[in-house]
Amino acid sequence: MKIGVLALQGAFIEHINMLQSLGVEAVEVRLPADLEGLDGLIIPGGESTTIGKLATRFGLIEPLRHFAAEKPVWGTCAGMIFMAKEIGNGSAGRDQPLLGVMDVAVERNAFGRQVDSFEAELAVPVIQNGETRPFPAVFIRAPRLVAANGDAEVIARLPDGTAVAARQGHWLVTSFHPELTNDSRFHQYFLQLVENRKQGTGYRELAG
Amino acid sequence: MSKNGTNGQDAPGVVGSIKVKRGLAQMLKGGVIMDVVTPEQAVIAEEAGAVAVMALERVPADIRAQGGVARMSDPGLIKEIMQAVSIPVMAKARIGHFVEAQILEAIGVDYIDESEVLTPADEMYHINKHAFKVPFVCGCRNLGEALRRIGEGAAMIRTKGEAGTGDVVEAVRHARTVLGEIRRLQLMPDEELMTYAKEIGAPYELVVETKALGRLPVVNFAAGGIATPADAALMMQIGVDGVFVGSGIFKSGNPAQRAKAIVMATTYYNNPQILAEVSENLGEPMVGINVSSLPQSEQLAGRGW
Repeated sequence: MKIGVLALQGAFIEHINMLQSLGVEAVEVRLPADLEGLDGLIIPGGESTTIGKLATRFGLIEPLRHFAAEKPVWGTCAGMIFMAKEIGNGSAGRDQPLLGVMDVAVERNAFGRQVDSFEAELAVPVIQNGETRPFPAVFIRAPRLVAANGDAEVIARLPDGTAVAARQGHWLVTSFHPELTNDSRFHQYFLQLVENRKQGTGYRELAG
Repeated sequence: MSKNGTNGQDAPGVVGSIKVKRGLAQMLKGGVIMDVVTPEQAVIAEEAGAVAVMALERVPADIRAQGGVARMSDPGLIKEIMQAVSIPVMAKARIGHFVEAQILEAIGVDYIDESEVLTPADEMYHINKHAFKVPFVCGCRNLGEALRRIGEGAAMIRTKGEAGTGDVVEAVRHARTVLGEIRRLQLMPDEELMTYAKEIGAPYELVVETKALGRLPVVNFAAGGIATPADAALMMQIGVDGVFVGSGIFKSGNPAQRAKAIVMATTYYNNPQILAEVSENLGEPMVGINVSSLPQSEQLAGRGW
């Protein structure tokens, strides 16, 4: 199995280190040709405006959309914003290129500025396998999900009900940063989506 | 659950932890942080793809030219810049001036640069950065200085370079010094580490941690004198995590174009073909000052202890 990590900007090394610790081959993706032969892709945290602009300037938007139609993609934080079909609040009207594949709407910087960044223990049933141990989630100038449409399904919420992770077929998004922790359960969950896709289950059409 | 700064609500978790402070710097990696003096410049920087802006009243080249005491910028200006862009906004406090830092935290800046570019307020002590929820970045010229700042609570380091000159030589010197010292540290047997920590004036635990990691425990950007896409790529190839560009953009002939080019060069730092393309037709770079012609008294990098 070979997983790419979009390496335009942000915390891509952390994802690569985590994947390698799980015995998975992980490579940096900067140009369309780098997508060749990958089984899945992670879009890391970083600045979503920077990532979107670089992806546009280097002709990555369409190749990434085609890749996402076929293969599993996981966006963390900025990656979640980049994958969403809609963003609102603070970024409305701005020229911020999006992949726009997943049927979710997000709000950027939804918890405030950096002094409001936080850590929280999160219940995420799909990765807990019946265990009670919560997931240590790190939120940094994080976005939140304001809507999950179609068959997109919210898989984690904060205690106040705020939606912070979702899955739609072979696509996964998280507001927080599993790559900044020592807990590999989210990465293992994504690898399972990749494995399922390789086995021919979990396919979905690229909508709209 | 703790109460926090800007949104006036109870946070849904623990704020101001070392992990979230260092974490924001991790999200800035591979990016360019640009000095801006107006909301309009901040928008140009964001459009170009900057990962953050440093809000200032004067860029270092002007501080250098005008002289006098350089202080924290007007909070009103910083707030205008914060409202103009969606990316993180940093601002500078004088070395040791913890009240300037308190003010910057109160207005909600995302990172404080305890900076030698401003006139130091304390000739002995830096700010106790652990006392703040907002993270700090500090300058360094060598490993000992970097680890002292991290010991005081800095969540990000930048090598100092010589700000406001457009001469990259000091940025190279400081980055090579820090990275070279880390490489030598990795070869040291453990029994030598305490004496080494004493020699370089660094906390022992951080020396041990740096050896184990093979890098600084926090993100390390380059700063001071970076003026071209090639300069940015040079620093990235030497091994830093990202770059600050101060006077180099808005003191040049075509800031929007140059800002974009430096952003692209920082991502594709290993691809000479792309570096060649983005370096074309950028217009006049900032007028440089050769650092070797500067008297010691006018060099900023020596500030900080």
